[in-house]
Amino acid sequence: MGLVLTLQSRPTLVKFGAESWLPGMVALSLIREIAPVITALICAGKISSGIGAELGSMKVTEQIDAMEVSAVNPYNYLVVTRVLACTLMVPILVFFADAIGIIGGYVGINIHGDVNFYRFLTQIVQSLEYLDLLPATLKTFFFGFFIGIIGCYKGFNASNGTESVGQAANSAVVTASLSIFIIDMVAVQITDLFF
Amino acid sequence: MMKEKLHKEPKTKEKDQTPIIEIKDLHKTFGKDNAVLKGVNLTLNKGEDLVVLGRSGSGKSVTIKCIVGLIEPDKGEIKVFDQNVLNISKSELNEIRVRIGFLFQSGALYDSMSVRENLAFTLTKHKRDLSPEEVENEVMEALENVGLADAVDKMPSELSGGMRKRIGLARTLILKPEIILYDEPTTGLDTITSREISELILDIKHKQKTSSIIITHDMACAKMTADRIVVLKEGVIHAEGTYEELEKDEDEWVRSFFE
Repeated sequence: MGLVLTLQSRPTLVKFGAESWLPGMVALSLIREIAPVITALICAGKISSGIGAELGSMKVTEQIDAMEVSAVNPYNYLVVTRVLACTLMVPILVFFADAIGIIGGYVGINIHGDVNFYRFLTQIVQSLEYLDLLPATLKTFFFGFFIGIIGCYKGFNASNGTESVGQAANSAVVTASLSIFIIDMVAVQITDLFF
Repeated sequence: MMKEKLHKEPKTKEKDQTPIIEIKDLHKTFGKDNAVLKGVNLTLNKGEDLVVLGRSGSGKSVTIKCIVGLIEPDKGEIKVFDQNVLNISKSELNEIRVRIGFLFQSGALYDSMSVRENLAFTLTKHKRDLSPEEVENEVMEALENVGLADAVDKMPSELSGGMRKRIGLARTLILKPEIILYDEPTTGLDTITSREISELILDIKHKQKTSSIIITHDMACAKMTADRIVVLKEGVIHAEGTYEELEKDEDEWVRSFFE
């Protein structure tokens, strides 16, 4: 992401003589928008569909019913754990995506120029503010929560039959992806209002 | 081996007539007009094996799922251990569920867990003070009861249909239930395995003093296990009696099950 963004943005910035803004622009774009959204979309495709398919399969094979009749709360065991894991882990994945994206940006800049890593990082740190990080990080918790809860909801509501397992997985991806765009849109509005 | 363990009780022996499950006027409709249960009245007495017969879709499974609260009926009363399960809180229902075992048609084993984990899961959720050694002992004892102690490390995908049902039964037995509800325990199994499962049902009844409702289409299983049989037709109990009585019933439709 960082490498591509750098290579795509560089010619335009060079035209305006603003090549030195490149590290800051790449870092800002990555941290505020691209890394959280792309990572969340990948997680929606992989995790939400996985949860939807797994719980859907458990539902149609009566495993969830078996849990319920043995007086074990399936929501505590199957839903709470998964939603909590998604809520806590997606922000960590986004952090890694930020870091790898920034390294990609460094590589991209050095394809056409020669900037040392310390200078590159200094420029990034100078261009970032605390308020660039806070809303971007907060929204990733919501992304994670919705990825988990939508996967669980679709899985738990799979009707009987194996076909519904595929439908649950598919529907989980679509709904989770859509919810990420909506949350992102709301997050941007709230950020504009309060920060 | 199973036959040696079998202690068949003479059917003429006087039974305890204390009802532990009483179903009165049970109604359930799915969708707008698919009425499955239209006033089922059923009683299970202590120590009794009650077989429920009926055509597919006659509401047999729905009835036992109503008993454990998996399906909520539209109308009626279900008393289990003298408590109306339709008017109690979730925690009270769970207390009753611990005393009822439910064997699903497919076994319903947790397929991401090994056989050991399947059995230990239920146990550790209810008896949190057990040490790992005690859990292991209970798991092995339950597996030995169903003759599958050597399958403890297998995954459900490695088990045959009969083994899945036995493991499902072991998982049910690990909480030492007083009532066991069997949903078509022999469906999809060959004759020999079906007989083994039927013998296991009898064996469990005599060893653990359980009462059971057995839903089956397998008349050999019904003959072996039933103290009493009820026949469901069009959402109501159509006939009731022992195997021998219903075999000679005046109603040709009832007799057709036994031919």
